[in-house]
Amino acid sequence: MAKYEAPDFFDLDSLLTEEERMVRDAVRDWVSDRFMPVVEKAYSEGYFPKDLIPELAELGVLGGNLDYADFPRLGPVAYGLVMQELERGDSGLRSFVSVQGALVMFPIWRYGSDEQKARWLPALHSGEAVGCFGLTEPDHGSDPGGMETKAVRDGDGFVLNGAKMWITNGNMAQVAVVWAKLDGVIHGFVVPTDAPGFTVREQRGKHSLRASVTSELIFQDVRLPASAILPGAKGLGGPLSCLNQARYGIAWGVVGAAMAVYDEVRQYGLTRIQFGKPIASFQLYQAKLVESLTEITKAQLMNLRMGRLKEAGGVTPYHVSMAKRNACHHALEIARTGRDMLGANGVAGEYQTMRHMCNLESVKTYEGTHDIHTLILGRQITGLDAFGAA
Amino acid sequence: MKIIVCVKRVVDTETRVKVAADGRSIDLGGVQFIMAPYDEMAVEKAIQLRDAAGTGSVTVVTVGPAAATKELRTALAMGADDAVHAVVEARMGPNATAEALKQVIDGREYDLILCGKQATDEDDAAVGPLLAAALGLPCVAFVHGLTVDGRTAIAEREVDGETERLDVDLPAVITAQKGLAEARYPGLKGIMAAKKKPLETVACDATGGKTELRSLELPPARAAMVKIEPTAAGMQSLLTALRNDKKVL
Repeated sequence: MAKYEAPDFFDLDSLLTEEERMVRDAVRDWVSDRFMPVVEKAYSEGYFPKDLIPELAELGVLGGNLDYADFPRLGPVAYGLVMQELERGDSGLRSFVSVQGALVMFPIWRYGSDEQKARWLPALHSGEAVGCFGLTEPDHGSDPGGMETKAVRDGDGFVLNGAKMWITNGNMAQVAVVWAKLDGVIHGFVVPTDAPGFTVREQRGKHSLRASVTSELIFQDVRLPASAILPGAKGLGGPLSCLNQARYGIAWGVVGAAMAVYDEVRQYGLTRIQFGKPIASFQLYQAKLVESLTEITKAQLMNLRMGRLKEAGGVTPYHVSMAKRNACHHALEIARTGRDMLGANGVAGEYQTMRHMCNLESVKTYEGTHDIHTLILGRQITGLDAFGAA
Repeated sequence: MKIIVCVKRVVDTETRVKVAADGRSIDLGGVQFIMAPYDEMAVEKAIQLRDAAGTGSVTVVTVGPAAATKELRTALAMGADDAVHAVVEARMGPNATAEALKQVIDGREYDLILCGKQATDEDDAAVGPLLAAALGLPCVAFVHGLTVDGRTAIAEREVDGETERLDVDLPAVITAQKGLAEARYPGLKGIMAAKKKPLETVACDATGGKTELRSLELPPARAAMVKIEPTAAGMQSLLTALRNDKKVL
């Protein structure tokens, strides 16, 4: 495989700190050396390369942005660049890290008790434990507020019943952050996956995110101690704040996937000879490259601005919605176009573009679909709610 | 154990270089830079020796352009304790580099100096031995195994397919060959911590050069290969080519 040449048309490199560049390069090198050689096999056979978890932990990417103990405490831009570089490898790799960091460690860090933090944060950071996040249900995707999973008080503790679906990392996890209604209000619970009555079933047969584990979680009279509840979270705001963290990472991540695709098709076009000349010399090929690079550049700029806003404390969920929506949409379009530009070779596993294309179908859908983000932004712009409960 | 490691900022070994218009330098447009890979092994080995000793320090030193701060920060992110940067923008030959390093190192305390066996740009493999000579220290070059026992280092290197094992009095200069250590990825924690580690900028006299770069050129492009079919006609054309074009028959 040719050496990865990351596109940076507007020299955004010069807007990064030395530290941010070093963080990005460390993850980029790791992905090139350690992940790229194994991803195609993992994807085609449908497994997450678990043996790399200790290396990811050693690198420091698991919850690397959280202000806790001796964690690296990455700033928002450095954290975003980590996501970009991981997803340059595969959306499944970025998903693993996003779930662990933004959806499991973040809520424990933000809403958890000191005991919950001490029990789980170091173990999740060092990769000794894997976590998953249970919000989506079989019948409640875009409408998480309608969830049916329920906790009821039982003596000092709780009893949990219900089911969650499309849960990344489920089958690898030792701990789940599960959102359930208690007296009609959404609360988070930190649930060890070996609790009696807790069943995890892998969802096989995906045509997307094949190098990532997706599972169904089933709770049947799972007894939890009083200490299992996240004391600081009450209502839908809790899980939505986690999603906001994860979506921030997705906006950066999918640009990495688009950059990988762009680099692959550009290099391909320069070496693939048809009609006696490189196909990159044809106007149609050039037009597609230009469109792709332009959209990548715009998304890179939006991400960097979003990161600097986050640093200054001025980012809103609406900024994140727009960046996630835009980046996913264009990354998927770039991957679809890229697949086409590779001709017949584009369906072969030797090229990564179609893998990214298939992955991005999921990434565009999860953590708020394109249309849901459109409605969130529409409501923000007009003040009129187009999707509130009837 | 106090260890000094000399490192150099070089063009990424995967870069396809172009000669600049002056015919004497590399066109640096769009070029990526890295710490020379053998220097990286030396840094890694130094960190391992310090950690095994449980005491001491690793100081990285470079003579090079202001931008080489990046390579020093990388070494600090890997785990070195502090760094010294003698800023020289112009290209330096090995004599001038060794002389400048001597100026930087003189007056500092150390038990061992490690260098890469050669930088991967000009491949002189001379700075380590020249530095040892300038400092009046013993030198073992091309070392792939190294342990320290009190005031003695045991260095291993390959000679004619055999392993040569040498005892050398410390302080000494050792240059790293492949196999000495595999450089770690600088982790994010290390990178974030590197910013807070001391990086001292010093002056040096870099005029001690005894070689001058006259010109640079790329190797001649290879001619296209000729495919000869395994047929009687093909064999005939092969014989003709060997006899008439190559004149080897």
